[in-house]
Amino acid sequence: MLGYAGKFLEVNLSKGNFKNVTIGEEWLKDYIGGRGLAAKILCDRLIHKWEEIDPLGSDNILLFLPGPFTGFYPGGRVCVSGKSPQSSGVVGSTVGGEFGVELRCAGYDGIIVTGQAQKPVYLFIKDEDVEIRDASSLLGKDTKETNTLLNKECRALLKERYPGYGEWKEPATLCIGPAGENRVRTAVVTAKWTHAAGYGGYGAVMGSKKLKAVAVKGTGPLPEVADLEKIKQIISLVNKIAYGNVMWRRWGTGGGGYNFGAQTSSEPIRNWQEEWHDERSYGVDEFENRFWVKQSWSDFGCPTNCMKIAVVRSGKFKGAITDNPDYELQAYLGPNLGIFNPEENVYLSALIDDLGLCGIQTGNVMGFAAELFQRDILSKDDLDGIELRWGNAEAFAALAKKIAAREGVGDLLAEGTYRVALKIGKMKHKDLLKYAVQSKGIGIGAHGIRSGMDFSNEIGFACSVQGGDHSSMTSLPLEGYGSEIWEIFYDSAIMCKFTCFGFPENSRFELYGAITGLNLTRDEWARNGGLKTLQIQRALLLLGGPDLHWNPKVDDDNPSRFYEPLPSGPCKGKAADKTSVSMGVQKYYEEAGWDANGIPKSETLLRLGLGEVDKALKKLRETSMKYV
Amino acid sequence: MSRNWSYQQSLNEPVWIARDLSKCSGCRKCEIACSLHHENRIWPEASRVRVFMLVPGADFPHLCAQCENYPCVKACPFQALSVNSKTSAVAVNKEKCTGCGKCVEACPGRVPHLHPAEKKIVICDLCDGDPQCVKVCQEGGWGVLKSVPRREQPTGLYARTPEETTRNLATKMYGEKAEEFL
Repeated sequence: MLGYAGKFLEVNLSKGNFKNVTIGEEWLKDYIGGRGLAAKILCDRLIHKWEEIDPLGSDNILLFLPGPFTGFYPGGRVCVSGKSPQSSGVVGSTVGGEFGVELRCAGYDGIIVTGQAQKPVYLFIKDEDVEIRDASSLLGKDTKETNTLLNKECRALLKERYPGYGEWKEPATLCIGPAGENRVRTAVVTAKWTHAAGYGGYGAVMGSKKLKAVAVKGTGPLPEVADLEKIKQIISLVNKIAYGNVMWRRWGTGGGGYNFGAQTSSEPIRNWQEEWHDERSYGVDEFENRFWVKQSWSDFGCPTNCMKIAVVRSGKFKGAITDNPDYELQAYLGPNLGIFNPEENVYLSALIDDLGLCGIQTGNVMGFAAELFQRDILSKDDLDGIELRWGNAEAFAALAKKIAAREGVGDLLAEGTYRVALKIGKMKHKDLLKYAVQSKGIGIGAHGIRSGMDFSNEIGFACSVQGGDHSSMTSLPLEGYGSEIWEIFYDSAIMCKFTCFGFPENSRFELYGAITGLNLTRDEWARNGGLKTLQIQRALLLLGGPDLHWNPKVDDDNPSRFYEPLPSGPCKGKAADKTSVSMGVQKYYEEAGWDANGIPKSETLLRLGLGEVDKALKKLRETSMKYV
Repeated sequence: MSRNWSYQQSLNEPVWIARDLSKCSGCRKCEIACSLHHENRIWPEASRVRVFMLVPGADFPHLCAQCENYPCVKACPFQALSVNSKTSAVAVNKEKCTGCGKCVEACPGRVPHLHPAEKKIVICDLCDGDPQCVKVCQEGGWGVLKSVPRREQPTGLYARTPEETTRNLATKMYGEKAEEFL
């Protein structure tokens, strides 16, 4: 099929072998690639025993899937997926960089990893030559060290095996840090030091499979396409629009740490107890002028370069290197922990990167713990002697290290906010879920809904099949361009959401056509491929297990905190409205073809040809009678 | 060459690609443009300019600097390399090239590499005087690559190995910390 390399690499880590597999055109036409295809593959192979699958066990399947846009559309994104150790459903977690492009140039449309290795390994792919290699020398190394060692080792191998080629460039890598190795549920899959497939917790899945890294060098071209000239025209347009967004290019999301507090009152502050601040100390100029040693840092083909590189040059955090930080980490490792000092924020962001933790999820769970400390629910003793006061950056750093190592209280917090709220709640005989700002096991991205001023909305997290993922919020109407159906398109094709401000909506279909030669319309995606993916993700999320099962009556909702009035700022007093949310949720169920309990209806699934999904939901429909 | 240049002369003189490597964003649009121009595909490894990122952030385009003394041309045992009289770029005669790698060894920057499919050496040909990589880099405002008249600059200075350039850029960005990544 045009736009595709034509084969997938399937690696069985238990057996230590691998083979090439093909996926039929029917699936590719419907699900495209990335997130959609991940949902389909997981459904096909695992739905019959989904509830029993331990996301951190050998039965889980780990997927690295680019899409047909990867390499053509700027950003070179790849999707990492599997059964999520956070939501127990499927999260399509995409990350930018060079990996997806290298993989396609190596001749693959994706990697399917099954089983579990006995000893730590990494996967080294050079076109057709694939090798499962010993990773014991990489064990315990942080993500920067891992990247350095991998580059050296792989380049030496390439030089030795393919002499006379000339200088070999570095391979593209995805790796985990100590957090992933220790199966921390908030661990990420890291690319290029600071880039991460964060949502979903797939760093822990890699760790559970003892897969430390994947390094790939592809020497071929991107796949053949239907209309190269048309692709060039469309990408020129993307570039032209991006070059016009001058301040976006200059600051990226780095302007957010101030803006989303001061202008839209939607930034998490002290575990979301507030969402407004006007701290000029936290302005992007303070980051830019003091720390940014690179103003423009891009992934493959990107005209926007929203990434920056920040370095702390002096003082006690000297030597910390991270990106901007981007808005999410500015917020979650800043105001959410009571920190309004850019230097401390850069330091924490660098630490989180190095440990291979997710800044959002870890910032969320640390904020949760700090609120329990504030409320005297967790004592200093409970926290292994850490004085977890708001704004105490070094205390949060110490805690992050413990989480990554699963040491002491860190072992508890490594379970992520939802699970830890249940566990500590049980220990302390208290309902602590009211302080857990999450949805379906996934901490809410740093875009609150209470002020109504941000791009988030009152049912966006509640009804999303990826829970608190701010990059996969949904909305009504379901067919509208703001709904999750379109987030699924972005994550399947795969497009970067930060290069398409102002990109004409229809151009994405033109690009799809120019790459694949197929005709796809807005209606078709919304009624077929996009909707199928949504139904599969919803079904697998509800099946859940083995430790958690979501009850839509309770869990298709916002965190309690969003119903508390905002205590400060120009939007003081605003809160989400329970009645309005619950009406919105019911309306969403109707539009999505789900029953009153939020379970996809038989007729919906059968109409879409998802008979196996319907069958898997039968038991759930019976037990749902008991939902209260 | 005389130092007294007229504008008219400058239009006819060979171009050279001046580089400001520390501005490189690592976007690799130069690779995309180069491979589209020469191969009509997006084919990063067949590109005559390749962006190395041995240390993240210390990204830079690695391409022929057209040294004054052309050591690669001299080193070729098969006379497959020559200097284009109009552009001053190194021309590769594919018929004669055996892919032996002698030019790579001779190049102070180890710039030439094999075309991954044809197994013949590829070297920047300056797109016959109108380098496509420069166009996209300028269009994006990064200004890493710039076409300038080839005069009496020590052009070969840009022929450094990827390791040498990486060390310099990483040190400039990360200070002593860079040693950990090299």
